[in-house]
Amino acid sequence: MPRTEPDARPDWRPGADLETLKLRARLLARVRAFFADRGVLEVDTPILGRAATTDPAIESLATSYQGPGSPVVLPLHLHTSPEFCMKRLLAAGSGAIYQLSHVFRNGESGRRHNPEFMLLEWYRPGFDPYALTEEIDALLAQVLDGYIAHQPAKRITYQQWFMDETGLDPWSDPLEAFRAFAGEHLASVPDSLPDDELDPWLYLLLTHWLEPRLPQGAVFVHDFPVSQASLARVRLQPLPVAERFELYVHGVELANGFHELADRQEQLRRFSQDNRVRQACGQCIMPIDARLLAALEQGLPDTSGVALGFDRLVMLAAGLADIDSAMPFSLQRS
Amino acid sequence: MATYSTNEFKGGLKIMLDGDPCSIIENEFVKPGKGQAFNRVKIRNLKTGRVIERTFKSGDSVEGADVMETDMQYLYSDGEFWHFMHPDTYEQVAADANAVADAIKWLKEQDSCMVTLWNGVPISVTPPNFVILTVTETDPGVRGDTSGGGGKPATLETGAVVRVPLFIDIGDVIKVDTRTGEYVGRAKD
Repeated sequence: MPRTEPDARPDWRPGADLETLKLRARLLARVRAFFADRGVLEVDTPILGRAATTDPAIESLATSYQGPGSPVVLPLHLHTSPEFCMKRLLAAGSGAIYQLSHVFRNGESGRRHNPEFMLLEWYRPGFDPYALTEEIDALLAQVLDGYIAHQPAKRITYQQWFMDETGLDPWSDPLEAFRAFAGEHLASVPDSLPDDELDPWLYLLLTHWLEPRLPQGAVFVHDFPVSQASLARVRLQPLPVAERFELYVHGVELANGFHELADRQEQLRRFSQDNRVRQACGQCIMPIDARLLAALEQGLPDTSGVALGFDRLVMLAAGLADIDSAMPFSLQRS
Repeated sequence: MATYSTNEFKGGLKIMLDGDPCSIIENEFVKPGKGQAFNRVKIRNLKTGRVIERTFKSGDSVEGADVMETDMQYLYSDGEFWHFMHPDTYEQVAADANAVADAIKWLKEQDSCMVTLWNGVPISVTPPNFVILTVTETDPGVRGDTSGGGGKPATLETGAVVRVPLFIDIGDVIKVDTRTGEYVGRAKD
């Protein structure tokens, strides 16, 4: 109930109770110990930057700087992930690196979303995605020890997952089949989904049909449609797939990883394509990261990388249903 | 009427859906890390009372519903309509059988209740959570039996029938929870 007394003080208390704050601190310490043992270097790249992600499904928060060094207003963005800066460090020869970083995403707020949240992101030169998922499993077992039992994750391909749950193959079945399945099985289908683009239908079924049917425990989903490659490499044989994986634990999306795209030309093509999609949808055109492109030209080691939602890890360890109770102050308490 | 984007969705917001006024019960934001965001919403149809689930693409808009919930006094029934009056403005409205539905079995003349108006027309009536009514018909009371075990049906002055303990007699005044239809206790005058 909102307080209505005229002299009511605003609620100043943290969303997380003291027990959860201590758990959060212990998980942070365990993550750092895990990587220290393995010789992975901790880095902290800036939150503020001139460039930003072009991903049409991710919105950056904008701000600006004016003062010494920039007499005119310099438009800036808060990062949505430390990915671009970390790749520049990899290109500069850093070797394996990890980061615990606050990131920002506009338009995302709910039970499992806060516009500001913490990502644990790390890059492993020389690892393929499979090797990286094994390391994620080891990290979860060590970090969650004593809170919840972590069994090694199951694995499934995106294609097999769709086939198992819907009988439909995103690589060969027509959009009409997915629309028909949604109409028949979902409680409701938004009437504004496009009829010439498959991805929104895949996302609808993923979030409303596949995810709710995930088993308890951890599951890696591998090899995404090329249209959802994001910053992952594409493998053409035997089926063209993006070398991307998602980790779900107890049905909740916890991490997203890539075999990182290293080809400058292809990266530039994807940035441009993203911005064309943005323009067509009436979204802002985002400034592409020329320094990342220059670093890719210099050469990014063959590497896999992953970003894991640290607040959701806290929710998992503490058995919390709402992200507001896993962090000191969510936006609603700012 | 205003339109609302999914960003304005929250419990209690009144919107139009398939031509009926509805109230949002619960709004959940659903988004894969990379991909389309949705709002999965639980909605009550205010005419039928039915709860349904609807999914919207985040950013979509819906038309608002001109719905007001006001405390009113139940005046009388003419057999076809039930008449209610706003206690401050003395404005009166007539509700049909669909609108009063089961609520009317808890109301006697002069009682207060909540009337939901859509475009000024009553679409539903909600009695207070607790009402105090006189028993008009029941088997004779069993004196001294206050165990509460067993029970028997009793008809109240409004026509409602509730289960009461054996010691309750005709003429007793009792308190009833209208949400469950259960006897709560004897009212102390």
